[in-house]
Amino acid sequence: MSNYSKKMVEVSQVTLLREQDAHKEPVLDVRNLGIDFGGLTAVDNFSISMGPTEISGLIGPNGAGKTTIFNLLTSVYQPTRGSILLKGIDTKGKTTAQVARMGIARTFQNIRLFGNMSALDNVKVGMHYEIPYSFVSSMLHLPSYYKAEKTANAKAMELLDFMGLADVADHQAGSLPYGVQRRLEIVRALATDPAIVLLDEPAAGMNPSETAELTDQIRRIRDTFHIAIFLIEHDMNLVMNVCEAIAVVNYGKIIAKGTPDQVKNNPAVIEAYLGRKDG
Amino acid sequence: MKKLLTKKSTRMNLLTYLLVTVAFIVMQTLASNDMLKSSTKGFLIPVCSYIVLAVSLNLLVGVCGELSLGHAGFMGIGTFAGIITAALLADVIPNGTVRLAAAMIVGGVIAGIMGFLIGIPVLRLRGDYLAIVTLAFGEILKNVISNLYVGMDSGGLHMTLSSGGLKLAEGGVMIVSGPRGATGVTKLSTFAAGFVLILFTLFVVQNLINSKEGRAIRAVRDNRIAAESVGINVTAFRMKAFVVSAVLAGMAGALFGLNYSSITASKFNFNTSINILVFVVLGGMGNILGSVISATVLYILPEAMRGLKDYRMIIYAVVLILVMLFTWSPKMTAFSARIKEKITGLFRKGEVSHE
Repeated sequence: MSNYSKKMVEVSQVTLLREQDAHKEPVLDVRNLGIDFGGLTAVDNFSISMGPTEISGLIGPNGAGKTTIFNLLTSVYQPTRGSILLKGIDTKGKTTAQVARMGIARTFQNIRLFGNMSALDNVKVGMHYEIPYSFVSSMLHLPSYYKAEKTANAKAMELLDFMGLADVADHQAGSLPYGVQRRLEIVRALATDPAIVLLDEPAAGMNPSETAELTDQIRRIRDTFHIAIFLIEHDMNLVMNVCEAIAVVNYGKIIAKGTPDQVKNNPAVIEAYLGRKDG
Repeated sequence: MKKLLTKKSTRMNLLTYLLVTVAFIVMQTLASNDMLKSSTKGFLIPVCSYIVLAVSLNLLVGVCGELSLGHAGFMGIGTFAGIITAALLADVIPNGTVRLAAAMIVGGVIAGIMGFLIGIPVLRLRGDYLAIVTLAFGEILKNVISNLYVGMDSGGLHMTLSSGGLKLAEGGVMIVSGPRGATGVTKLSTFAAGFVLILFTLFVVQNLINSKEGRAIRAVRDNRIAAESVGINVTAFRMKAFVVSAVLAGMAGALFGLNYSSITASKFNFNTSINILVFVVLGGMGNILGSVISATVLYILPEAMRGLKDYRMIIYAVVLILVMLFTWSPKMTAFSARIKEKITGLFRKGEVSHE
């Protein structure tokens, strides 16, 4: 097996990571974030702070603004108000690509793989900026090309293996089954060597056993790579199992924040999901 | 090496080099033994040139996914830059082959620079809009060239775009004279040079596709938003593909231009751009070997049918439609998949026997 799994055994004994993170600078510090689309306020006054090895969840009814928040964090949209600090650096005015290179990686609700490329190539696109050879070497295949490609291949295979995808490395990404595509997107995000990964509904379309497997994998990702994970998910089993902190949004505003137990019993959350008892 | 051969893309690349080399050797042998009609000999070099153009456009259309309708413009720039370079160097470098190489390099570089400059505004657009704007720029390039007067006299090189033309000192030579184009060009192009340029193009394009830059370019084609989300600077990679494509088109243009004693800018119009695009589409988007084959066949087809006079363009069009229909029909796809399986099966057997 890969050396990632060896590392995993050491780290998995560490519990209460959130307390451990308490003395560290947050990897993501969002303050009073807001965006208006014309007259519509899609997100307002959204604040969250995440430790460098924290798993947090973002939940809320459909249309609450969850994916908009992810798009703000990755600079797909520029916020109207508020600020985003990634590893202490303000991402204001930066492009999506720049923010990605700063260490924020994501997956998409509607899968966005490079469909005509092999699974391995998808992962290697994620590794683009750590493959060292030049443009000239790209065209002429100088010795530096072969050396760097070999290293990149080995690392990409290791990453695929980590998510149990080594068998499909040569398959065309677009032809893979749905659940596999979702996991491949996660591998591609990890390949960018991020400080934080945003997962947009990672379990959507998965069956219960796949979801259970994914729950384990999300924990293993954190324990192995020591990164923060922020996820949007509708599968409450997964969210309550894996997240250490949860933020609940409705109509673009945070209505509750806390541990899974605190959130579960919060009347505002119950109201948002189920409606009020007596109208 | 064995491991290398098992990769499908590597196998296809080697097959492409092999086919091109075999075709060159056969044609060269026939030509040197005087077994070719002079008309056949006449289109050996243009075919080389169009193969390079098709492969370079395929990099842009097939690999990068950007429809460009101005490829002939870059070809034209390469042609005239090449002709001027060759004329300037006539006294300095007596060796024709070296002069041709220099002309191709200058043609490529200038086309590349123009590609970069045009790319800055054009690559802000996508899809249909990009296609239309490249079409416009292609026509602009053509029209600028057809108003270009270049001459050489004792005072050096002179250039003007004014309709009055140039007033050269006594003993001066016009190299390019506006709408009448370049005349009195020394033919420098050889079939061997064309072959070398094809190999160079295949080498660069196929290597590029299988490198990190090529992966990034393909990623941008497959899903721009996802490419951005992993840190790929989309515009930069589209620009790289655009410039490399323009450089190769410029080199092909120089080869093409130095094959004729006179040539006018009107050759590099919209029709030529579309023709090159047809080669690419028919050969298969992103399929390099396909571009090579379809450029060859589709260039030769109308030339070979010259005897049919007015009917030849009708036949050409019908052949195009039939080929398109056949390659897209489900039965045909299944058939070609079976053939492919058989061929790769043969390859696999070959590999086993090597062990």
